[in-house]
Amino acid sequence: MNSNIRFVQGNEACVEAALYAGLDFFAGYPITPSTEIAEHLSYRLPEIGGKFIQMEDEIASICAIVGASLTGHKVMTATSGPGFSLMQEGLGYAIMAEIPCVIVNVQRGGPSTGLPTSVSQGDVFQARWGAHGDHSIIALTASNHQDVFSITVEAFNMAETYRTPVILLFDEVIGHMRERLVVPEKGEIALVDRLRTSVKEGVDYHPYLPREDGRLPMSDFGGIHRYNVTGLAHDMWGFPTNNPNIVHGLMRHLVDKIQSHVNTITRYKEFYTQDAECLLISYGSSARSALHVVENRRARGERIGLLELQTLWPFPYAMIREKCDKARHIVVVEMNMGQVVRAVKQAVDRPDRVVLANRIDGSFITPTDIKNILRLIQGKGV
Amino acid sequence: MNIKGYIRERFFPHLWCPGCGHGIVLNSLLRAIDQLGMNKNELVMVSGIGCSSRISGYVDFHSLHTLHGRALAFATGVKLSRPELNVIVPMGDGDALAIGGNHFIHACRRNIAMTAIVMNNRIYGMTGGQFSPLSGYGIQATTAPYGNIDHDFDVVQLSMSAGASFVARTTTYHAKEMIDIFKQAILHDGFSVVEVLSQCPTYFGRRNKMGSAADMMESFKNNTTRIGSKAKEENPNLLERGVFVRKDIPEYCAEYDKIIGNAMKGHK
Ligand SMILES: Cc1ncc(C[n+]2csc(CCOP(=O)(O)OP(=O)(O)O)c2C)c(N)n1
Ligand code: SF4
Repeated sequence: MNSNIRFVQGNEACVEAALYAGLDFFAGYPITPSTEIAEHLSYRLPEIGGKFIQMEDEIASICAIVGASLTGHKVMTATSGPGFSLMQEGLGYAIMAEIPCVIVNVQRGGPSTGLPTSVSQGDVFQARWGAHGDHSIIALTASNHQDVFSITVEAFNMAETYRTPVILLFDEVIGHMRERLVVPEKGEIALVDRLRTSVKEGVDYHPYLPREDGRLPMSDFGGIHRYNVTGLAHDMWGFPTNNPNIVHGLMRHLVDKIQSHVNTITRYKEFYTQDAECLLISYGSSARSALHVVENRRARGERIGLLELQTLWPFPYAMIREKCDKARHIVVVEMNMGQVVRAVKQAVDRPDRVVLANRIDGSFITPTDIKNILRLIQGKGV
Repeated sequence: MNIKGYIRERFFPHLWCPGCGHGIVLNSLLRAIDQLGMNKNELVMVSGIGCSSRISGYVDFHSLHTLHGRALAFATGVKLSRPELNVIVPMGDGDALAIGGNHFIHACRRNIAMTAIVMNNRIYGMTGGQFSPLSGYGIQATTAPYGNIDHDFDVVQLSMSAGASFVARTTTYHAKEMIDIFKQAILHDGFSVVEVLSQCPTYFGRRNKMGSAADMMESFKNNTTRIGSKAKEENPNLLERGVFVRKDIPEYCAEYDKIIGNAMKGHK
């Protein structure tokens, strides 16, 4: 029997993927429904010589992983709603100082302490705009454990490629549900290592001077280049400045390095979309119910399809616009009061085609919930 | 080495006001590091936000200027991920003990080998003179125009009860003593706290009619004494200076290495 086949929770799939991607430093603070990630890593990391630390809160957790990333490690923290709120300050720091790191938010019901053990997808916009100030961000998600694995590896790869924090926006159902996972062999998924500077000792290294391709080679703390890192606006030396020209360049760089790569960052899956008159758009665990509906109705000959988003931010406006071009009805399936649906409405022509099928009570959205909306659209009544 | 070998002259002049005590702390710290013959590539300075925290920009070490209050949390990640580095964490009093108070006590308890320096000027300098948790009762500040009714912490006692394994206090008047204490703190194999009474003539001094920077330093001389001195017996109000605690307790990174050793064995 293949020993790579496992029966695990989504949180554990995320752990296995992070280790596969090269994670060797984790700092966190327990919170449902993400806690299993910390628990598994406290056991698994020392086995490979990595480090796990339970911090005094989520603020400290994200700060600690930024510190560890600077010494050259692949780092992650994991949390949920209230902890994600506390992390926004550190997240902004990692964005400004361009520190590769991965932040997992296994979403639960909010606001506030909300519904600790129930599912929600209410943090989509917080992931986008939770940190103050203009910025860009990468946020990824998945609907099954095999995809949790590959998207988690992608998150580490993108964090290194773009020198940025990457958010993994899972949800309680994905985090806690158990299903089959086949752990890929080494080398099956390509890994991105840190891009380190080739500048020699004694030659000036400019930590914040982007190369022509926009990338910034790093140098590990403890290495031969000593430089400054700050959350203040800074020049190419990493030294604080409020020179308008330099600040303008920095702001453009921070946003453009992600926005100009939307196509490369965008991940999605399509099911029966080619001729779909009715297109469902969903993500995370909601996409499972959406797919169920699509497959049932396809079997009855209905022209219905599913577009499953894995990259939520930067939002793939152009891709969505194109995929929705021919659809008569577009139904966004999500467990919040309408977050991704807003972005979809912005993306498409004739936004009146777009409706929301949602659930906001902590219960998992079912195929019946979606079917009820479809019947309304099709004038059949509930 | 010439002391200039430890600073980034490119980033001078510094932003501190004339007479600010923070420059004296920088001076004593660099001399301590020089006397210890430390390798700059193995030195990391992590600071928070405040006038005091700007110190990290001026030193030619690996420097991490972080968020208000969070320096010790960032430093924890640096040190645990690479324990061979020497990590020094200068903080303002507000930085370390108001917004950063929780990180501070937990760092004391955890005992990761690094040196925390509280540059205590009893005021929020950077934001223009609001009271801090070290200002103390009766002090004038921009947010205490009727006199402060908040009581202050005693940094030394707080650090000791939170479990710090090395705790000391000195002042900017005692620059030579400060060098010596910094050396001991840096060499200590555990979490060390050094409180340095520093002067902010611009806000604390002016509002509280303390005179010039030199007058404020003079008051550090007159109001402090060495631990266990005769002067303290005669005048119990004097604040003691020196090393209060030096304990040999297991250091966190070394303990974690043992965990790694066991976990790896279990795996084979
Ligand atoms: C989260 C947050 N809150 C408030 C501030 C504003 N702020 C910057 S420095 C500072 C206080 C500085 O005082 P202290 O730490 O005592 O250092 P000093 O400037 O006196 O050296 C404050 C309140 C901030 N930067 N971040
Ligand atoms: S405001 Fe006070 S603490 Fe800040 S630089 Fe001036 S004297 Fe120093």
